[in-house]
Amino acid sequence: MTQRTKNKLKKIGVTLTILVLGFLFIAPLLWMIVASLKPETMIFKDMGFEAFIPKEITFAHYSKILFSENINFFHYMKNSIFTVGMIVILGTVVNSICAYALAKLKFPGSDLILIVIIALYVVPFESVLIPLYIVVNNFGWINEYPALIVPFIASAFNIFLFRQFFMGFPKELEEAAQIDGATPLQTFIRIVVPNSKPVFATAAILTFVTHWSDFMWPLIVATDQSIQTVQIGIQYLFTDNNIQYGQIMAALTLTTIPVILIFLFFQRYYVQGITSSGVKG
Amino acid sequence: MVTSKVEGNAVTLLRKGQSTTTYKRQQKILGVLFSLPALALMFTFLVLPVILAFIYSLMNYNMLNPDAKTFIGLDNYIRLFQDPIFFTALKNTLYFTALVVPLQCAVALVLAILVNKKVKVASLGRVFFFSPVVTSMVVVAILWTFLYNVNNGLINSALNIFGIPNQPFLLSPDQAMNSIIFMSVWQAAGFQMMIFLAGLKDVPDTLYEAADIDGANAWQKFRNVTLPSIQHVTGFVLIITTIQAFRLFIQPYVMTNGGPSDSTKTLVFMLYENGFQFRDVGYSSAIAVVFFLVVIITSLILKKALKQ
Repeated sequence: MTQRTKNKLKKIGVTLTILVLGFLFIAPLLWMIVASLKPETMIFKDMGFEAFIPKEITFAHYSKILFSENINFFHYMKNSIFTVGMIVILGTVVNSICAYALAKLKFPGSDLILIVIIALYVVPFESVLIPLYIVVNNFGWINEYPALIVPFIASAFNIFLFRQFFMGFPKELEEAAQIDGATPLQTFIRIVVPNSKPVFATAAILTFVTHWSDFMWPLIVATDQSIQTVQIGIQYLFTDNNIQYGQIMAALTLTTIPVILIFLFFQRYYVQGITSSGVKG
Repeated sequence: MVTSKVEGNAVTLLRKGQSTTTYKRQQKILGVLFSLPALALMFTFLVLPVILAFIYSLMNYNMLNPDAKTFIGLDNYIRLFQDPIFFTALKNTLYFTALVVPLQCAVALVLAILVNKKVKVASLGRVFFFSPVVTSMVVVAILWTFLYNVNNGLINSALNIFGIPNQPFLLSPDQAMNSIIFMSVWQAAGFQMMIFLAGLKDVPDTLYEAADIDGANAWQKFRNVTLPSIQHVTGFVLIITTIQAFRLFIQPYVMTNGGPSDSTKTLVFMLYENGFQFRDVGYSSAIAVVFFLVVIITSLILKKALKQ
């Protein structure tokens, strides 16, 4: 066998392995989508590879969960989009300005603050769950939107991510603005922000995907349906005594599609976020 | 004439110096203003709760009767270390961590090496392997509860093809935790894969070429070139995966409710149960403090061990 055929065979082997493993990784999600389009009775009847083929397509489950009064999945979606959207918008502002201050606007104590923030990053959220509940309760926020938003605006991870980027921001650009008579605030808004779009995109996407999946905290502070999010909504459908599998599959699909789309469209930024902060940090 | 020119220069220098000091002062003020919102939020919603967790853990404090709280010293901790459920939860958490961390990292490394090869399907593979990571854990847990179903689950139907009889999976105390481990590896391996992949991309091709010249086979190249080159990445991945594993909660909450016979009850599950079902703030805080210490100490030990 020549070296060339050997390499070719190797490539075919790698390709097949990736495809087979890839199918195993995507199969549960594929089944979820296909099952959401099948009539209720067929979902657990089709076994083996038939489970992945819809012989008869129906959108009944989707219309049921979206338009019937008692489920109203739209309402959960709206709450999720609103709370996560607010965390993303407010968080990006608050964390980016703090990171800029720590990276470029040295003031007495700024180095110490940075060390404290990095140390806080290791605190697992679960260990502050109960006292955080009591703090939020004292603000009167149980079953109010701020409970789902305000505690997650400041993020040690995002501050760190922004700081890494701002540290590498060319000094010359800032100095040029200073010579032109700009104040530090004007320099930040007119020079730094417009030239830092990638890090803003990365932080926004990571924050969105992380908090879209939040479950434990909403479970505790959002006991009233009026502010409940999708993750809580699907859990209710799942624990319902009269369980409707098609509707659950439709709800799971609707919960998953926004994040999958975000990942597909912004893959580059997303991956940059988890790798750059991790490997260099 | 000469003196006035020198004076003139001095004046401009002075002015420039002044404007630089004004700018520096403005920068300092802005720095404080810019960091204040994040610091205030972090203090209120992170630092304060950490301090409160320690204080509450020393108190007899029930949410149903918050005015009756009193300091009781270490009673909550003494109760905890006499509570058989605590040792079950600790054992389950450590078992999950001890299995999921090496499995997940090994799978992730294999996937990373595969999608790092120059084949056309590599980027497609990346998307497939990573899709479960962006899927929320609640969705994954509900989906796999169906897949693991003893009578009509897809996994049992696949096993039947190979002549293996239906397995109880989540219904059996012996299989429930292992089923959760398998699912968790599937869900999260893509995340570690991405980090490994970034590490692999930094390994210079010349190292592999040199190994080729020396006549090294694939395993030798992996053992002597790949692994040493991504050492720092491996260390980082091990630590974050371990911390993540300790936090196990959603899977048992959704899939098994901690059962059957407490076989999937974890530290965080116990913390949740005591805090929000029994409303026992004091006891739950003691669990939180122990959990916090276990996580911190383990990651410090790992960090030290990996440095050597």
